[in-house]
Amino acid sequence: MLKKSTVILMVILMVLGLFAGCQAPAATETTEPVATDEAVAAQPAAPEAEEPITIDFMNFSANEGGLLTLGLMKDLFEKDNPNIKINIETFGYDTYATQLQTRVGGGDAPDCFELGLDAFPSYVDQSAVLSLDDLTAASTTDLSVLTEKSVQAFSLDGVKYGMPYSYSTVVLIYNKDLFDQAGVSYPTADWTWADADAAALKIKALGDDYYGLIQPISTYEFFKVVKQYNGGLLNDDNTAFTVNRAENVQALQRLVDNVQVTNICPSTEQRGSLDEWGMFKLGKTGMIVTGIWAFPSFTTDCAFAWDIAVEPGAETKATHYFANGLAVSADSKNAEAAYKWIEFLATSEQVAQLRIQLGWELPCATYQTAMDQYAKLTPPANRQAVFDSLDYVVPVPQIAQFSQMADILGAELEAAANGSKTPQQALDDAQAALEAAITLG
Amino acid sequence: MRKNRNNHALAASAFLAPSMVGFLLIAAIPFALSFAISFTSWSGIKGLELFSPSFWQSNFIGLENYSKILKSKEFWVSLLHVGQYMVLYIPLMLVSSLGIAMLLNKPRKGTAFFRLLFYIPVLTSWVAGAIIWKWVLDPQYGILNDILARIGISGPAWLQDAKWAMFGIVLASVWKDMGFYGLIFLGGLKNINPIYYEAAHLDGAGRFQSFLKITLPMLTPMVFFVLIISLINSFMLFPQVMIMTNAGPAGATQVIVERIYKYGFSYYKMGYASALSWLLFLIVFLFTYLQQKLQKKWVNYDA
Repeated sequence: MLKKSTVILMVILMVLGLFAGCQAPAATETTEPVATDEAVAAQPAAPEAEEPITIDFMNFSANEGGLLTLGLMKDLFEKDNPNIKINIETFGYDTYATQLQTRVGGGDAPDCFELGLDAFPSYVDQSAVLSLDDLTAASTTDLSVLTEKSVQAFSLDGVKYGMPYSYSTVVLIYNKDLFDQAGVSYPTADWTWADADAAALKIKALGDDYYGLIQPISTYEFFKVVKQYNGGLLNDDNTAFTVNRAENVQALQRLVDNVQVTNICPSTEQRGSLDEWGMFKLGKTGMIVTGIWAFPSFTTDCAFAWDIAVEPGAETKATHYFANGLAVSADSKNAEAAYKWIEFLATSEQVAQLRIQLGWELPCATYQTAMDQYAKLTPPANRQAVFDSLDYVVPVPQIAQFSQMADILGAELEAAANGSKTPQQALDDAQAALEAAITLG
Repeated sequence: MRKNRNNHALAASAFLAPSMVGFLLIAAIPFALSFAISFTSWSGIKGLELFSPSFWQSNFIGLENYSKILKSKEFWVSLLHVGQYMVLYIPLMLVSSLGIAMLLNKPRKGTAFFRLLFYIPVLTSWVAGAIIWKWVLDPQYGILNDILARIGISGPAWLQDAKWAMFGIVLASVWKDMGFYGLIFLGGLKNINPIYYEAAHLDGAGRFQSFLKITLPMLTPMVFFVLIISLINSFMLFPQVMIMTNAGPAGATQVIVERIYKYGFSYYKMGYASALSWLLFLIVFLFTYLQQKLQKKWVNYDA
């Protein structure tokens, strides 16, 4: 029989053991030892030296081969700012939104963090990020190196909430070998979709398993394509959905006909489990509309010659502009130091050059030397098309419920793409479903 | 005597304490909090201050989340999809796991190896399993359509076809779970006294009759257990959907837990997601209660 005292001791030990096991692990991805609050507090007060501050910085874009580059940027910053230590936490894109939300919702928000354009309005809407206007006004750094578009992308109602960090566009990538085989001239910047679809038909004629074009039928593609037809998913001040307007139906009709009627675009059944990039890499598809982030992968995996052109338009031209920005948490106790770090990441020339030298996304800061370096990299030979695309960009709709809107509309677009609904029906249903689920304005 | 009993209770507490603390921290407390959150419009991207009056002033919306859910077509469609999954999955899983259990019950050469083989999918993570099944069900290059083509059947596009996508998910789920349920049935089969079969044989009963009159009635406690667990698991359908179809094509595999996840972590409507969770809890509770009540009519515990 166990003695009472032994039993009590066991209970205490087990519970203590459990709590010891539950302690939060130390950040593993920091290269520098992190100064804990206790350690900071324990340091003797030296009147001439400020206490070092540790800034938690959470991001996702370094996960795709950028860890080393970000580490070098951190070293540069800490050298110039010995009183600020940066604790970098990097997560994969798939889990990032959940990780960040849990930290912010749990009252443990990092001092500053990266946000994509889709999530950005939600964080502003919930007052989870700080307005940067006062901090910018107090800073002496020249922000004119940032393009106006990128600054606008992270501003809402004239207030700046994010520093533009990196950006990408979407272009038309084409298989030069297939164009040669089909005897079609290469795409140019003044092509319309009629030109592209005609070329695609000739490439499709090369064989049964050949296709002319891969163009996704998804919300992310559609919000841009409707602009090429002078349409739009929302009214001008984002207070009402206009999903089923005639121009949008016309835009969707072309996308669907390309799959269902001419079949120059493969259907999802024809693609099977291959994704769009995988399909293009097989070398039997003439063109693909996709992001410039495909360049490294296509350079490695495509066994054929390829190049790029500005995406074709219809009534007018419209291209994508995706950007990642950096925001300061509304709960940060070290907002000024956090701002200093994100301002450095966004505007430093050294950072811009590092990004391009090490092949890690395009910086929003337009330093000529860095841009020249980028334009010289091949393939693609016509890399200039990346910059030319910026003349036609349309922003991601800035509404707090963009993810939900993308899912609701996406399901209806899929129904149109697989032929179970006509484009008009699908967009009418999407309009009704969006109005029922989302209150705008 | 009383002192001894107290000591026993304390000793039991000592051994239970670690798991109880864990249960309280990661299950019971969040469970209670989610109930409170379900009456709010909390987004999940602002600190949760349940004990601050200002939080309640700006976030309390009463039963609005519940009434919105019950009025939304999406909720009922998601429930219908779960129902479709159950109707396909439960019978198929029962038949296949019972079949496996009966095959593995006979002492044959290599039985241990086959027991292990059928149990491997249970140990496989859903991520790996779902990716394997995406390949198997590929309309162009998948092994399943290849086999069907050899016998003259043109297979559907499975996960890319709204009519077949749920069935594709059912196939993967049966593959993953039949080893586990098969093991439970095997345990039940081993417990049946062979005397019953000998007696039936002497009375001239055939194999099918023995199965119908002895095996099945004696296995009813296992069937009951398997039904309860598989029913609850069906309501919890999530990882395979997220990986194999992401609720598509065109929303054909949208289910309740997937909706909870999307509302909570993608649409930033944690209050709405919490209300959905509680409605799901009520539904599962109701079904389990009904099964418990009905079991008296068909479950036989006289092994």
